[in-house]
Amino acid sequence: MALLEVKDLRTSFHTEDGIVGAVDGVSFSLEKGETLGIVGESGSGKSVTCLTIMGLNAKRNTVSSGEALWKGKNLLDMKPRELRDVRGNEISMIFQDPMTSLNPVQTIGNQLIEAVQLHRDVSQRVARARAVELLKAVGIPRAEGRIDDYPHQFSGGMRQRVMIAMALINDPDLLIADEPTTALDVTTQAQIINLMKRLQEDFGSAIIFITHDLGVVAETADDVLVMYAARVVEHADVDQLFGRPQHPYTWGLMGSLPRLETDLDRLIQIPGQPPSLLRPPAGCRFHPRCPHVMEVCKTTVPELVPTQRDPEHLQACHLDEETKDREAAKLLEATMAKAG
Amino acid sequence: MFRYLIRRILWAVLLFIVITFVTFVIFFMGPNDPARAQCGGDQAQPACLKLVTEHYGLDKPIYVQYWRFFKRLVFQQNLGHSYATGQSINQAIGKAAPVTASLVFGGAILWMIMGLLIGVYSALKPRSLLDRTAMVFVLIGISAHPVWIGLIFEYLFGVKLKWTPIANYANFFGAPKDSGLPGGPWQWFYHMILPWCTFAILFAALYARMIRANVMETLNEDFVRTARAKGAPERRVLFSHVLRNALLPVVTMLGMDIGVALGGAIFTETVYQLPGLGRSLIIGVQSNDFATVQGVVVFATIAILLFNLIVDVLYAWIDPRIRLT
Ligand SMILES: Nc1ncnc2c1ncn2[C@@H]1O[C@H](COP(=O)(O)OP(=O)(O)OP(=O)(O)O)[C@@H](O)[C@H]1O
Ligand SMILES: [Mg+2]
Repeated sequence: MALLEVKDLRTSFHTEDGIVGAVDGVSFSLEKGETLGIVGESGSGKSVTCLTIMGLNAKRNTVSSGEALWKGKNLLDMKPRELRDVRGNEISMIFQDPMTSLNPVQTIGNQLIEAVQLHRDVSQRVARARAVELLKAVGIPRAEGRIDDYPHQFSGGMRQRVMIAMALINDPDLLIADEPTTALDVTTQAQIINLMKRLQEDFGSAIIFITHDLGVVAETADDVLVMYAARVVEHADVDQLFGRPQHPYTWGLMGSLPRLETDLDRLIQIPGQPPSLLRPPAGCRFHPRCPHVMEVCKTTVPELVPTQRDPEHLQACHLDEETKDREAAKLLEATMAKAG
Repeated sequence: MFRYLIRRILWAVLLFIVITFVTFVIFFMGPNDPARAQCGGDQAQPACLKLVTEHYGLDKPIYVQYWRFFKRLVFQQNLGHSYATGQSINQAIGKAAPVTASLVFGGAILWMIMGLLIGVYSALKPRSLLDRTAMVFVLIGISAHPVWIGLIFEYLFGVKLKWTPIANYANFFGAPKDSGLPGGPWQWFYHMILPWCTFAILFAALYARMIRANVMETLNEDFVRTARAKGAPERRVLFSHVLRNALLPVVTMLGMDIGVALGGAIFTETVYQLPGLGRSLIIGVQSNDFATVQGVVVFATIAILLFNLIVDVLYAWIDPRIRLT
């Protein structure tokens, strides 16, 4: 049995302007210790997918359906009590903005201790010792001294380390990291990514890693899910995805992948804007921006199906496989050339 | 924390000097003649006027008079004597202040309790029936004048239903012997219920609205989502993460509003004939009794400054971001 199995997950928000379908039929599964990368432009529904799994969407005006089976039990219809026992204990989450994700009026120590004591019946002293241990593990210098400091006394990178410590403090089976480095400067980003990679080995949790950065995915993930406008457009293991990408959107993302050596080339972006989820385009949602668009793309939704060569490699595009392989090969060649 | 406190205290001292001086100047330049007031108004004898003028130094320049007043105030804590009755103003205030304090602090407690209950509850269930009802109450509370509310309450609960007394004050520690007046804690409470409600309703309404907005805003904060992601139950999320953050600005507001509320107490005291500072002030103004008016203003200023200082300390204590600067 998979650790987490998500089946046809859908979430929509009923807003004043109409219904926003933020997640539309997402499925994937995750094994113990595995890392899944989710990539896609801003607004493609990555965060909402994870918040739905955790049951953290605002109750009001939100409708979710589908299944998220956690060790066989559907998180979407768990009672609040059961769900609380999973949250922060078996599944924990790190958010995008470390500046606002910690309570400003409590010491980080108390926030860490709270995380322990919500799930373990241990004394203050034991919980505190555990907190110090975790702060050390995430590389906070002088952890014993700093545990009684308040969030505003830490830099953004340090706060994100605290968040990571808090997420790992109960040895979760799954860690969801929602763009944990987006709000940080480049040097700090690299440090946090390295820290995550180290912890990935030390703790052995499964990880869902949400990011804009394909480079990070290439380094950390086993499996990759590419999302576009609330849907999955491609899903493959990391070698397949980078070796033989099958969707024009994925090609676009790879084309815009920044290379440190040739940083100027990062300006090659996918032209156009992601569509509004209030009134998404008919057929393939990527068709208005797709350089390979055909008539069928404008009317028929492409299904997410395996490629002929690899049953594990799922893609949702009407192009024939030969063309796609040819385009993928061209792209790879170009990237190689660019990298020198 | 220490530097912050020193700064606040210096501010309070400065404010004290400025406010007392300004009041002094205003009354000094006003169209009243304290000597004449003391000597019986229009029938004043020249001999009396001369005596009084010399005694109080009323013919000296303003800064000399202020300095005399200031010296007496700071070194002897003496506010002088009433021009109208010759009574010690310290004594008069000593009698009136507990009445006003009962009204203001009791009222503040009531308004905080009501504001919190209504505000938090309606924030948790926005657009529910209770939220809508509460917001109508808030609208009434904000737009109705305390005198009008006071008269309505008095008529409804006092005259019609006879649940409460319609006026007067009962001393908490018992009335003077043989006075035939009611006294003791219960009588005090019983006499204060209506004034408290009247006094509190405007602020309860304002605070309910403010607390509702703050709580709703805080509920959307990222750290609240973090708390839920940790597996904290809703009650815990509310009490240890939402409320403390949502109430920070309320504490500051409370510090500022106590002063405003003290002004509002004048109306309530008038409606319910409570012998508090507001009443002393009104009588003082009516009888050209500059010394009493000034005494009350000075006393109220000190009280407000002290209270603000307490609130500042409290604020620093609950907000770590201030505590450390
Ligand atoms: N509470 C909400 N009410 C209405 N619309 C929402 C709500 N939350 C998210 N959305 C919409 O759902 C869509 C998906 O949002 P989501 O936050 O999942 O994007 P994302 O892929 O995480 O993007 P980013 O990379 O910017 O974090 C967006 O169009 C967003 O505007
Ligand atoms: Mg997001």
